Amino acid sequence: MNAKTKLFSYDIVDSPIHSLSGLTKLICFLLLTFAVMYSYDIRVILAVMLFAALIMKLSKIKFSQIKLMVLYVLIFVLTNAVISFLFAPEMGVEIYGTRTVVIDLPGKFDITAEQLLYSTTKLFKYTSVIPFGIIFLLTTNPSEFASSLNRIRVHYKIAYAVALTLRYFPDVQRDYHDISQAQQARGLELSRKASLFNRIKNGLLIIIPLIFSSLDRIETISNAMDLRGFGKSNTRTWYTSRKMKSNDYVAIFISALIFIATASVSIFINKSRFYNPFI
Amino acid sequence: MDLQPIIEFKDFSFQYYSQVEPTLYNINLSILPGEKILIVGPSGSGKSTLGNCINGLIPFAYDGEITGELLINHASTQDKNIFELSKCIGTVLQDSDAQFVSLTAGEDIAFSLENDNVPNAEMHEQVKKVSRMVDMQNWLTSSPFELSGGQKQRTTLAGVLVNDVDILLFDEPLANLDPATGKTAIEIIEEICSSVNKTIIIIEHRLEDVLHRFVDRIIVINEGRIIANTNAHALVSSNILTKTGIREPLYVTALKYAGVPITESIQPGYIISVKAHQCKDALTTWQASIQPPQVQEEKPTVLKVENLTFSYDGIRNVLEEINFELKEGEMVSLIGKNGSGKSTLSKLICGFEKPGQGTISYRGNDIRDKSIKERAEIIGVVLQNPNQMISKNLIFDEVALGLRFRKVPEEEIIPRVEKVLDICGLAPFIEWPISALSYGQRKRVTIASILVMGPEILILDEPTAGQDYRHYTEIMEFLVEINKMGVTIMLITHDMHLMLEYTPRALVLADGHLIADAPASSVLTDLQIIQKANLKETSLYHLAQMADIPDSTGFVQGFINYERKLKNR
Repeated sequence: MNAKTKLFSYDIVDSPIHSLSGLTKLICFLLLTFAVMYSYDIRVILAVMLFAALIMKLSKIKFSQIKLMVLYVLIFVLTNAVISFLFAPEMGVEIYGTRTVVIDLPGKFDITAEQLLYSTTKLFKYTSVIPFGIIFLLTTNPSEFASSLNRIRVHYKIAYAVALTLRYFPDVQRDYHDISQAQQARGLELSRKASLFNRIKNGLLIIIPLIFSSLDRIETISNAMDLRGFGKSNTRTWYTSRKMKSNDYVAIFISALIFIATASVSIFINKSRFYNPFI
Repeated sequence: MDLQPIIEFKDFSFQYYSQVEPTLYNINLSILPGEKILIVGPSGSGKSTLGNCINGLIPFAYDGEITGELLINHASTQDKNIFELSKCIGTVLQDSDAQFVSLTAGEDIAFSLENDNVPNAEMHEQVKKVSRMVDMQNWLTSSPFELSGGQKQRTTLAGVLVNDVDILLFDEPLANLDPATGKTAIEIIEEICSSVNKTIIIIEHRLEDVLHRFVDRIIVINEGRIIANTNAHALVSSNILTKTGIREPLYVTALKYAGVPITESIQPGYIISVKAHQCKDALTTWQASIQPPQVQEEKPTVLKVENLTFSYDGIRNVLEEINFELKEGEMVSLIGKNGSGKSTLSKLICGFEKPGQGTISYRGNDIRDKSIKERAEIIGVVLQNPNQMISKNLIFDEVALGLRFRKVPEEEIIPRVEKVLDICGLAPFIEWPISALSYGQRKRVTIASILVMGPEILILDEPTAGQDYRHYTEIMEFLVEINKMGVTIMLITHDMHLMLEYTPRALVLADGHLIADAPASSVLTDLQIIQKANLKETSLYHLAQMADIPDSTGFVQGFINYERKLKNR
């Protein structure tokens, strides 16, 4: 299949991360995310980032698989940093309580060491959380993911909807591609030659046929599922669910440790969510 | 024998709440345990509705009013819900792709066990057992993208067999399958069902393909009523098929042309049973009387493809060294199994993809630098599913869309659209919303919206997929009309009948190579090509061989020539 359609696809690879159960990965993902999101201590965040890089290597994810995603993420975090500076250039000063000007700029846009630290910390925060998300998505079979959602008490119908979305994502992507080409052959302009308003309007000419052909598909799927007893009882079991093994407990233990460690640094050492080197 | 029927319809009628008329009238039908039944009928005859009543989708998913009674396993279905019914009836829907709900074959087979809360270990055990029955035990971790059409069918079948059902219901199992896979599907059904002794119901309109194997009874439905309930020999000998618009087997048509009276005594129900020897003289005389068509003068080349090679990933070539020409006013078919590169070839011609090597030229000029939009004025492409192309509410707007994109003045658009709609037989509907049209009419709208741009070459992807014989003929005759007006047509198709009947020349792709560029009659009688491209030899060829006619390929060509003359093409 075309490389473009493989944005979110799960591959069966033999790696220590792939061999963990979906439930384990979900729990670890949540623990690590909370750990990073809570702390504004750049030392802690850098440590977790290093850990994320290690896990990425362990999971044998190739850079080519995530190139596109990394690009989007970088664009997002950089824009985010710039915009938050423009709207609140004194945020760092407010938080750390001191004001050390590094570059004197007109108006309120002085660049301060405090603001630099705050922005960098925030940037690293995002860049250390996102690898965990990518690893989770790429190493977890969607059905197993659904089964783990179900095990943490999400209703199985919702969990299955998530799995189905991932299952049919490539199909819908392919449909989109075909429709868009056929409409371009009729003269639809999607490139920058058209104005933004026209591009949005033209986008509709692809979306409408896509919705109708997807509705056909949905009818077939839901009939097929009804006919095989989906939804007959309040619970269901999962073919892909795995028993927790020792490596699962180890992984959860490590993640919990990291969570506790980062929380402890905030509570006992920094006595706040922020690490303040300016006092 | 004193068997109790396993399925029994008693004065059964059904009307969808959304419809004015009932879809099924007064059905009385009994099916005994272990019987193998084929239900045929044209589109809209009610045959699928009948199937949906048996498996419980009616009234579970589709609301309507039921009168009379339907007993399954001696109990009225009124008291059962779809889940209870699914314990004794397994349904295999058409389109094995769409009903493949899970990511791997193993998981898909386990789907109904999961819903029954079967514990994980036991579930894996049962899946293994059933997968051995359908010979899929080595593919349990494969995704639907990695499986062939036949393997998907086997998986779907395993998914219903895992419930140990008594009745298996196949709803148009052959739709969307290439000819060889369709043949295999019928063999799989036979093979599995004879070993486990189930009651089998097959709903299909492709009669000849199902009769590749034996069935006990055929039930013909038309306009919501059962009009025949008999065996294959009797049905083929009667005039019911012609009356209801179901295509009779091709070899029967040939026998009729040769003047052989079709009666039950020659056992005409199956190609393997027909007493061809008795008809040898008639067939030989007929073949000798057919005159070859006049040789047509050589027309200029409109499209030339030279040394075309293409790859999506730069590693594996999807197409390799493709060479062919299209002459002005030709109608050719492009055939080959799924994934052989057919769609890719058409995308390259339309400019959706750029060739790695080689050239495509239009009337001697390389069209490499022409954009998709520019090429569309020379080469039009019509997708298989009309719903994938239609984006406007009104027919006029839809057809005018391409011209409006090209900034053609409105006063010029009106006559052009009206003319095209007239050609396509859509003039009476010009003010209609598209949602009010039938599938076949929508197909015409999509063809009209391409034709309006005045292309000289038209590429159609599976123009007749899923259509019954009447709609198939309607669409194809319409294409013949357009072809006669000088439009060169290339059809991507799985339908061997279509190829024989309408396209004198066929291009065959297998694994990215063009393995044949020859008359349809020689393609469909060449065993090597048939195997490589997942085709199926035509029953005409079998008939000729069974009747000991020396030149079997010539016999098939003779049939084509005869039909062309008869239909004045």
